[in-house]
Amino acid sequence: MIELRGLTKSFKTPQGQVDAVRGIDISIDTGETVALLGPNGAGKSTTLDMLLGLLRPDAGTVEVFGAPPADAVAAGKVGAMLQTGALVRDLEVRELLLQLASLYPKPLDVDETIELVGLHDIAARRTQKLSGGQTQRVRFALALVTNPDLLVLDEPTVAMDVESRHAFWTTMREFATRGKTVVFATHYLEEADDYADRAVLMANGDVVADGPTTEIKARVGTRSIRATLPGAALEALERLPGVTRAERRGESVVLTCVDSDAAIRALLAQHADARDIEISGAGLEEAFLELTR
Amino acid sequence: MNHWTYTRYELLRTFRTRRFVILSFGFPVVLYFMIAGPNKHETDIGGTGISAPLYFMVSLAAFGTMNAILSSGARIAGERQVGWNRQLRLTPLSPRHYFRTKVLTGYLMAALTLLLLSLCGSFLGVRLSGAEWAHMTLLILVGLIPFAALGILFGHLLSVDAIGPAMGGTTALLSILGGVWFPIQNGVLHDIALLLPSYWLVQASRVAIGGKSWTATGWLVVAAWAVALGAAAMWAYRRDTGRA
Repeated sequence: MIELRGLTKSFKTPQGQVDAVRGIDISIDTGETVALLGPNGAGKSTTLDMLLGLLRPDAGTVEVFGAPPADAVAAGKVGAMLQTGALVRDLEVRELLLQLASLYPKPLDVDETIELVGLHDIAARRTQKLSGGQTQRVRFALALVTNPDLLVLDEPTVAMDVESRHAFWTTMREFATRGKTVVFATHYLEEADDYADRAVLMANGDVVADGPTTEIKARVGTRSIRATLPGAALEALERLPGVTRAERRGESVVLTCVDSDAAIRALLAQHADARDIEISGAGLEEAFLELTR
Repeated sequence: MNHWTYTRYELLRTFRTRRFVILSFGFPVVLYFMIAGPNKHETDIGGTGISAPLYFMVSLAAFGTMNAILSSGARIAGERQVGWNRQLRLTPLSPRHYFRTKVLTGYLMAALTLLLLSLCGSFLGVRLSGAEWAHMTLLILVGLIPFAALGILFGHLLSVDAIGPAMGGTTALLSILGGVWFPIQNGVLHDIALLLPSYWLVQASRVAIGGKSWTATGWLVVAAWAVALGAAAMWAYRRDTGRA
C-alpha cells in the first residue's frame, strides 16, 4: 500500500516561485499498476521524486508499504527508472547488473533479467559503448534486477522507438503480473490506457481525475466537431448521441463528443445543411485544460 | 546481499580506466627518476641527513598517493554528472558502505603507488629494513586520511569541469609547501608547512634515518585535518544527496 497525503512541493526559480505539486492525495494498493498521466510540467516527476524519497516534500507525507520512502528503499523494496541518468562507464552490462543486484536482499537472477529485457546481444558490452536506446533498456534491467515490490518508472519510453516501446511494455506487464506494484508517469494517454489499471490525471500540480483508465479515457478522450450551422438549437444538438456539450461560435457550432462517430451520423441525419465540417481529436493538453477549467 | 561484490566491481571499474591507471602510476615513477636519478649519490639532501633517493622516494610516494586518493573525487564527480548518485540513492547501499568503497579504492591505488616507488627506490640504492619500511608505510597510510576526505569533499562539491583544475592546483600547492620537490627546513614556508598534512607525509622519510617518526604536532595536524575534512565531506555528501 502506498499513501501520498497532502503532498506539496514548490521550487524557487529566477522567475519566482513555482508550485510544482499542490497538496495531492493518492493511495495505491499493492499489486496495482497506476499511470500518472499529465502534460509536461504537470508535477508528475516531482511527485515520483517525493514518492522515492529523492525530494523532501514541503508539506504532506509519503508512506511506502507502511514506512517512509527512505526505509522502503533501504529495505530494497523499491526499484526505479528515472527520467534522466546515464550509466557509469567501464563495466560490462552484465557486470553492472551483478554489482547492483548484490545490494539487494532478493534480487532476480541476472541471467533471467537479461533474458526478460532481451539484452543477450549486449550483455558483454561496456556501458559506454551502448546506444541511447540500449542504455534505456539497461536502465530498465537495472530497475528489474532488484526485484522490487514497487517499481517506479518516470516516462520510461521517451527515448525509445515504437518497437522497443512495445517490447518494453510487454516486459513491464509480465513483471507486474508477479504481484508487483507499478507506478509510471507518462504523457501518452494510450500508454496509460493500454498498460495501467488506473490512471491519475495531473495538471498544474493537482490531481484532476483519478480512476480506472476506461473512465479517464472517456473523460479526456474527446473529439470535437465543428460545423457551420446557423440557426440550430444548442439544446437539441446537446441531446445528440455521443455529444456532451454544444457551443455556438458565430455562424458555427462546436460539439464536444465522447463518441464523434455516433455524433456525426446523428448530426448529418438531422441537419443535412451542416457544412465546413471539421472533426478534431482533442489533445491531452486540451483535455486537461477542459478538466481543470 | 553481498557487500564485497559491490566493492569488487567498483575496483574492477577503477582499474579498467586505462588512462587513469597509467597516469596515476606512471607519473610519480617518471618524476622520481628525473629528480632523484641525477642526485642518487647525494647522501644529505638540504641538511636533512636523508639521502636524495630516499627523500624523493618518500616525497614522490606522498605526491603519488595524494593524487591517487584524491582521484576518487574525480570519479565521484563523474558519477554525479551522469546521475549515477541518484540511482545509488534508490538502492539499499548505505552511506557508510558507499564511503568505505570509495576510500578502499583510493587506498588500494595508493598502496600500489607506494609499492611501485619502493621498488624504484631500491633501484636507486635505497635500503630499508622491513621494520623501517613498514613503519614508514604505515605513517603514509595514516597521513592519507585527510586526503581521502578531501577527495570525497571535492567530488560532491564540484562539477566534472571544475574538479580537474581544483585538484591540480591543490596538489601542486600542497606538494610544494609539503616539501615534495625540495626540503623545507626553515623560514615562513616551514612554519606554514608544519600545518599541512602533505608535509607530514613527506616527513615519514625520517623514519629511515632513525629519526622520530612524527612529532606530536604532526599527529595533531593530521588528526585535525582528518576531522575537519571528514566533517566537510560528510556535509557535502548530505547536501548533494539531500539526506537528512
